[in-house]
Formats: sequence, C-alpha cells, structure tokens
Amino acid sequence: MIQVRVRLYATLRAYASQQKLGEPQIVQLPDGATVKQLIAALGIPDNIVRKVFSQGRAVEEDHVLRDGEDIGMFPPVAGG
Amino acid sequence: MAKFLRINMTTQTATYEDAPAKYALMAGRYLTSTLVADQVPPSAHPLGPNNKIILAPGWATGTSAPTSARISIGAKSPLTGGIKESNAGTGFGQQMARMEIQAIIVEGFPTTPGKFWGVHITQNGATFFPADEYAGKGNYEAWRKIIERFGKKADVMGVGVAGEKRMTNAGICFNDMQGRASRYAGRGGLGAVVGSKGLKFIVIDDTGAPPLRPIADKDLFMQGQKKLTQAIRTHDITKPKGGLNTYGTAVLVNLLNEAGGFPTRNFSSGRFEGAPKIAGEAIFEGNKQRLGKELYNHACSPGCIIQCSNVWHDEKGQEAASCLEYESVWSLGANCGIDSLDDAGELVRLCNDIGLDTIEAGVTLAVAMEAGLAKFGDGKAAIKLMHEIAQGTPLGHILGNGAAFTGRAFGVIRVPTVKGQGLPAYEPRAVKGIGVTYATSPMGADHTAGYTIAPEILGVSGKQDPLALGGKAALSKGFQTATAFIDSTGHCLFIAFPILDIGSGFEGMIEEAAGVLGVQWTAADVTRIGEEILRTERKFNEAAGFTKKDDRLPEFMKYEPLPPHNVVYDVTDEELDSVYKDM
Repeated sequence: MIQVRVRLYATLRAYASQQKLGEPQIVQLPDGATVKQLIAALGIPDNIVRKVFSQGRAVEEDHVLRDGEDIGMFPPVAGG
Repeated sequence: MAKFLRINMTTQTATYEDAPAKYALMAGRYLTSTLVADQVPPSAHPLGPNNKIILAPGWATGTSAPTSARISIGAKSPLTGGIKESNAGTGFGQQMARMEIQAIIVEGFPTTPGKFWGVHITQNGATFFPADEYAGKGNYEAWRKIIERFGKKADVMGVGVAGEKRMTNAGICFNDMQGRASRYAGRGGLGAVVGSKGLKFIVIDDTGAPPLRPIADKDLFMQGQKKLTQAIRTHDITKPKGGLNTYGTAVLVNLLNEAGGFPTRNFSSGRFEGAPKIAGEAIFEGNKQRLGKELYNHACSPGCIIQCSNVWHDEKGQEAASCLEYESVWSLGANCGIDSLDDAGELVRLCNDIGLDTIEAGVTLAVAMEAGLAKFGDGKAAIKLMHEIAQGTPLGHILGNGAAFTGRAFGVIRVPTVKGQGLPAYEPRAVKGIGVTYATSPMGADHTAGYTIAPEILGVSGKQDPLALGGKAALSKGFQTATAFIDSTGHCLFIAFPILDIGSGFEGMIEEAAGVLGVQWTAADVTRIGEEILRTERKFNEAAGFTKKDDRLPEFMKYEPLPPHNVVYDVTDEELDSVYKDM
C-alpha cells in the first residue's frame, strides 16, 4: 500500500474529507495506483478533474503514484 | 451617424464632430490605439499639453451581446512612456454607444493649475461644471456625492487623489452597478493624464437615447450573439455557479501556488505558504461564515453573464471591500507576504479610494518592503504606507509613482517591471510563455495582453508545459494578436476561455462585430486587425524611443533561481525578438 497527501480545490472540495483550507487529506492506495484510481477512490465522477499537480508539475491521469507523493487537484478554473 | 466628442480642457468647451471615414470600422482598443498614434506625438510628455485621453466603447458594447460592457481608454502612458490601452467593465461605454458617441477625445491643458472640472454628457450636449469641491476626497465619498447630484442613471469616470497629484500609478475609476468607485482601467497611470488636464469626472446619462446602439445587419449579429452566449453558458469555467461565479478570479491562487508560479515576497519565491488563506475558496468560506449564508458573485457591469465580481465582508458582516480579484489578493497579499484577507481587503479598499492600480500598488509595496520600509507580512505597516500616498507626503509621492520609481529611489535591484510597469501575478521563470508576453507587449508587463496562462496552466486551448522552452514566442504572438481584437469588441477578455475551446463561440464573437458594422469578417480578419493594432502600438513605441532592450524581463530573473523549481528565465533574446520580427 502507498499513502498520498491530496489537496482538493474549488468545487472539488465537496469530495474532501478534510475541510480545512489548504490542509491535505491522506489517501491509501494499492502499490502502482494511478491518478485515475485516486480520483475514483475519492468518489469524484469522471471528467470533473481538469488539472492535477504533483510536486509543482502537472501530471495526467495515467501518472503512477509514489508513496508520500503530494497531489493537488482542480476542476476547470480560470481568472485573471 | 457616429460622432466624436472632443473635450477641450484649455477652453472648457465640448464639441461634437462627424467621425472621419478612416475610423468607421474601428472601436475599442482598435480605435483608441489608432487615435493615440494619429493624434499624440510619440515624443510628447505624458503629463503635458500634447497628450490626449481617448475613450471608446467596443463594437458590441451597447448591444444585447453578453458580457460586452468594456470601455477602452488610450493615451501615452506616464508609467511606461509608451502607448497604453487599459479597459474596464462599466455601464459608461454602453451609454456612449447608445448615444452613438464612437469616441471621447480629451485634449488641451488647463490654464489655471490646481483647478478641477467635471463634464456632464446628456442628449442635450456636454457641459462643464466646477469639480473642486470633490477634489482631495476619497473616491467612495466623491462618487457617492456625484451620483447623488446627477442621479443613479449616470455612470461616472474619474480620478482620485493619486490622479489629481499626477502620480504615475493613478488609475481611471468607474462606478460599478451599485455605484461603488471600484471598477478600474488601472494600468499604466492613465489617471495621472486625466489629472494633468484638470479633469476630475466625466458623467454620462443617455436618457432619451435608444435602448440599444444601431446594428447594420441584425440577423448576422443575433446569430453571433446566440453562439457566443451558448458558449459562455455551457463552458465549465464561465457557466453559472462555475468556478468564476462561485470563487471569483482568486480561484487561481491555489492553482498558481501548486504550479510553483505564484510570485511571493517580491518575486523571491514561486510558492506562498499562506496562499490557501487568501484564495477564492477562503473568500467564499469567509463570507459564508461571516454572513451565515453562501454568497455568489455579481456582475461588475450591466449585461455580464459570467459574474465574477465579489465583496469581502468584515467580522460584523459589513461590506469591507470590492473587488478582491486574483491580481489584487496576490499583489497586496502574497507578493507582500501578507496572508490576511482582512488586511489585503483593506489595501484593496484604499487603492480604490485613493485611485490606484492594485497590481502596481502591491508590486510597489513589495519593493518598499525589500528596501526595508516595512517587513514582509506586516499588513498594518503596508496600510500605513498606503496612507502616505493618500496624504501626498514625499514618501507617498515616491510610492505613488510605482515600483520602478520606488526601486530607484531606494537602490533596490530586485524590481519586477518591464517598460516601467509592474509584473502581474504569474512568475515568468515558472511559466515561460507569459514572460514572453510581459517582455514584448507594447503595454509593458501585462498578463492580459497575451494570456498564455490558458494553455500553460489552466488547460484551456490545449495544454503546454509551463516550464518548457520552445514555441513560447509563437504562443504569445497568437494570444497577443487575438487579444488586441477581443479588446476591440467590448467583450470582457474572459470570453476567451469559452471561445478558445468552443469554435462556434469564436465565430459568434466575429459575427457580432461584423453584424454591428455590416461587414463580412472571418477568423482571418481577427488576425489581420489584431496584427494591425499591435503594429500601430509598436510603431508608436519605437518613435517614442523604445528598442529591443526594452523587450526584456528584469535582469535578476536571469540569475536568481526561483524556488520551488529553482529555475531562471531562459527564453533567449532572439526568441523574444521573434515575436514582432515579421509582424
């Protein structure tokens, strides 16, 4: 098993167990799990997550997670 | 017949004239930049008698098109020394368009220094009134009084104390739909140009005018409007209760912070530990806690269906400030190391009240902190410095003249400006394409001039790696060109999010403009007109003395690695120069 630290932002906060702003929640996943599996484990429906960051870099849904990885997830957002 | 209104500040006269045929197809930035290039000598002192302020609504402004209430303002900038276009969302441009005023040209120079005038525009003509009684006051009070005097139907353009004192960070202020002095054409110090002419306000009231501006080809226009509205309504970013409507533009705080591109403590880091406390989510949650209910955002101007403008409330649930935008909570928050929304909100309120651009104000405060005038993170000290500007003390005059001036006054090396204008809230070392826009835009450092953030960070209009080199000049050039066109439509730039992803929305924008004018335009005309605007602006700047060396980011970004990615800015000078090489 691996543990990843996840921060959910904007409307994805509805799927968060941790409600304190900016604080991560810990999710346990089987070895070799991908971002796609993480999204499913969080109960987030398909096609809602737009951007996923790992250590400051954007990653895709097929990204294989490592133990202790920091993940940030966003729905489609914009501003200026 | 479209007309120009010429306001002469030497003689206190206002006269209408038929718009020359050359300008018949121009509006918004297309018109303001062309008129500045035609009528202002590039060598003119920006605060002298030969500069002019030009106001123009866009093609779609004053029609039923959604989110189309932008007014474009042009002049030679006292901050950059180059041509400047800055725009704002307000009912002012809609009233101009319905009165068929294609442009307002403010020119001349006051013969009595220190005296201020207002101009009242109605269907009966334009008349001057003494405005000295409003000078020296905060903008909230001044706007309240002027709207009381002229009625709630009026929209008001004007300047605050910063503009009166000709500080080069003075913005041009408009009221929002509730009459707050809070909507700014902020960038480039155009408020100082208005102040230099002894002009305090222009008040417009189109009572008696038709409800919509004339449209040459109504079928084409309506076809375009339908397509564009559909795109805005269905796109995830702009739809009702989507990201912008719920969290405002500050929803970007956490995103840029995660990407390591959120400029912190005067551009010394790309990540701020206090980011979650000042983000859009914190604004939404904070308001909910203080009001006991969820508060969704409102329109900054009539007819906006995106509605991203917000109000921040204090502990008693009373209104504290509007609007806490991404750029403002960044510049007056993270960039100063401040993680309190109450302090950042008070700084926003002060900017609005004094009449300052929030971006330049925050970049300036951070440079002042670097100089030791206050500690990073000390919101109360930052507030005190803002009061120096309001009071017009010698220190206040230094700060009121922006980041580059303040940096020079105190011998600071890390001064994040291009062409004298402060960098906005995206770190170019971590997001290479936006650095190309900052460096090469005729406007000076300006994210809105070519928002490559869309593909580099947001995943809108494709995906690009923000840290990768290669192709970033072409990317910026494409965005700068399309933006020059959008800035001429009168639409808010935020329509770019849906129309970049939804092709029919892009067509709709073109058909609206073409329908108003009675012409047939395609995507090729967007490029043609966008490039023409950029060439006009670029040529003005070259005649004003700008060279390639002005198209560079500040030197420290080339040798100071930026955490957390520990990268420098490494787009080559040759690539930067390629943006305008063949345009």
